[in-house]
Amino acid sequence: MIVSEVTRPAPLVQVHKVSKHFGEDETRVDALRDVSLEVSPGQVVALLGPSGSGKTTLLNVIGCILEPSSGRIILDGEVVYDGRWLRSDLRRLRLEKVGFIFQFHNLLPFLNSTDNVAVVLNLAGYAAAEAKRRAVELLDYLDVAHRRDAMPASLSGGEAQRVAIARALANHPRIILADEPTAALDSQRAGIVMDLLRKVAAEQDAAILAVTHDEKIFDRFDRIFHLRDGALETETSNVFG
Amino acid sequence: MNLAYRDIRHNLGRFLLTCFGLSLLLGVVLSMIGIYRGLVEDALTLVRTPGVDVWVVESGTRGPFAESSRIPGDTREAIARLQGVEAAGAVTYQSIETSHKGNKLRFYVVGYELGRPGGPDQIVSGRTIGRSRYEMVADRRARLALGEGIQLGRDTFTVVGLTDGQVSSGGDPVVYVTLRDSQELQFELAPPAARREIARGTAPGNTDTINAVVAHVSPNVPADSVVISARRWKHLAATTQAGQEHILTSSVVERARKQIGLFTAILLMVSAVIIALILYTMTMDKLREIATLKLIGASDRTIIGLILQQALAMGIFGFALGALLITTIKDFFPRRVVLQPEDGLALAAVVILVCVVSSGLGVRLALKVDPATALGG
Ligand SMILES: Nc1ncnc2c1ncn2[C@@H]1O[C@H](COP(=O)(O)OP(=O)(O)OP(=O)(O)O)[C@@H](O)[C@H]1O
Ligand SMILES: [Mg+2]
Repeated sequence: MIVSEVTRPAPLVQVHKVSKHFGEDETRVDALRDVSLEVSPGQVVALLGPSGSGKTTLLNVIGCILEPSSGRIILDGEVVYDGRWLRSDLRRLRLEKVGFIFQFHNLLPFLNSTDNVAVVLNLAGYAAAEAKRRAVELLDYLDVAHRRDAMPASLSGGEAQRVAIARALANHPRIILADEPTAALDSQRAGIVMDLLRKVAAEQDAAILAVTHDEKIFDRFDRIFHLRDGALETETSNVFG
Repeated sequence: MNLAYRDIRHNLGRFLLTCFGLSLLLGVVLSMIGIYRGLVEDALTLVRTPGVDVWVVESGTRGPFAESSRIPGDTREAIARLQGVEAAGAVTYQSIETSHKGNKLRFYVVGYELGRPGGPDQIVSGRTIGRSRYEMVADRRARLALGEGIQLGRDTFTVVGLTDGQVSSGGDPVVYVTLRDSQELQFELAPPAARREIARGTAPGNTDTINAVVAHVSPNVPADSVVISARRWKHLAATTQAGQEHILTSSVVERARKQIGLFTAILLMVSAVIIALILYTMTMDKLREIATLKLIGASDRTIIGLILQQALAMGIFGFALGALLITTIKDFFPRRVVLQPEDGLALAAVVILVCVVSSGLGVRLALKVDPATALGG
């Protein structure tokens, strides 16, 4: 561990003393208090904590969906937040750097599997044919190519989640944020999805942060952060990591 | 990849149903405009049919259509002698109701002098009146057949010719008879008391009254000069053809115009509100998808495009369907419905404008959506 600490490449995600509160005075909720963490390429990291501890808030802050109250966020070497957003086009930033996986797959119901993946590439400026080709490639990578023409409503939970992961990976993001990605899946499917995420992290040198309650998959993470009342309590390094 | 099109295709049934509902609404708006145009056209048919230049009526009235006008039968000879008048004809106008084969029929009876201005302009089947008594030319809308006999007053008239599209401003089909027949009808159908007085010769009028004299004026003489000459008789008033058309549109049609105009305006407003509501709920139903799109990096332009394109698709499709519907069924309306391309275009422009403005409401909603709402369970 100490050896790898030295040779570890520059972290992809750096969160430095980030706080976030909602409301003021009596209604004030401190969702995050001085949270600092770093995630390096290739790492799969879990965020653990009781309900209301700030896990989703932390993910949203890292994904530039939610503006922190203070602190500093560096994504892939670029300082994106330092007391204020340093970029005006946060959606573009997300398109370039961040992939999201949701608890419920959130596929667009009016597009088939291939197009749900291709739409991200279209937004990123790929030509239609190229977007489609890469989408099918990704579906194949995630073992759902046989469902490429299916509409989301007809996919099983596991298939839908894998299509959603394909979408999250489409534009080669190096940061993947997942909010309870396996909560809707049975333990076998959850295991498959986690193995896939590990494969992505390893093969694409990506950093993966996943919120989870699911004890069955703890062994699939390199590191585990515990949140309580908005503060980072402990970090467990996983023996399997 | 066009997201608007994909979404519509995915919810095609719902989209078509919405369009269909909208098309009915827009069809009603379009038919209201058409009914108004038809009303004006109907009102002007009778004035235009004789194809004359000057109308002479009773002084102090705006006859013969807007107000009743009675002048002596010999007025025609006096007018015919005026300088510049090429031909003049005496005419009568009256509404009568009769029963025929068990049905109540209402006609607008025009009496005219054979061979003089005032008769039907175009006979679409049969012939014009040839004998001076008991023949009539009827409009197709009266649903009478050639050769059919119909009882008017004490006499039976034979239909010898048919016209097309000749109706009074009230929508009653027009029938033409000779002046003499019409004067007799006027006498027979007058209230009994008046009839007795006329017969005794004690009433101011006699049976030889007419409602107007119509005149052709030589192209070298301005119609206005004939009008001025005719007005020298104290008991007569005169107008040009344009003046007569103006009287009709301003007095007879004006109230109907306001009525229908107001109704059309209300309908348009209702349509606008409904379109806005549809677009708003359409956006509401898509908020989660819109949040997802924002999350995966879609720009505002993409999202505005999605909403606007669907709004326009709905508006244009709904309008086209409505226009098609009304064009198909317009001939089944009891009164004439005139669809003018410029009215259609104007309505289409209004619909598109309404769609764009109303989708603004949805767009506002969509742009405010927090991408984080896509994350939650
Ligand atoms: N938009 C908001 N406005 C006000 N308070 C909020 C908002 N979002 C979150 N909070 C509060 O911030 C705290 C942290 O919420 P968060 O959603 O991050 O918890 P969580 O750890 O994800 O919980 P769960 O496991 O239930 O998803 C909670 O007390 C919550 O009530
Ligand atoms: Mg949460």
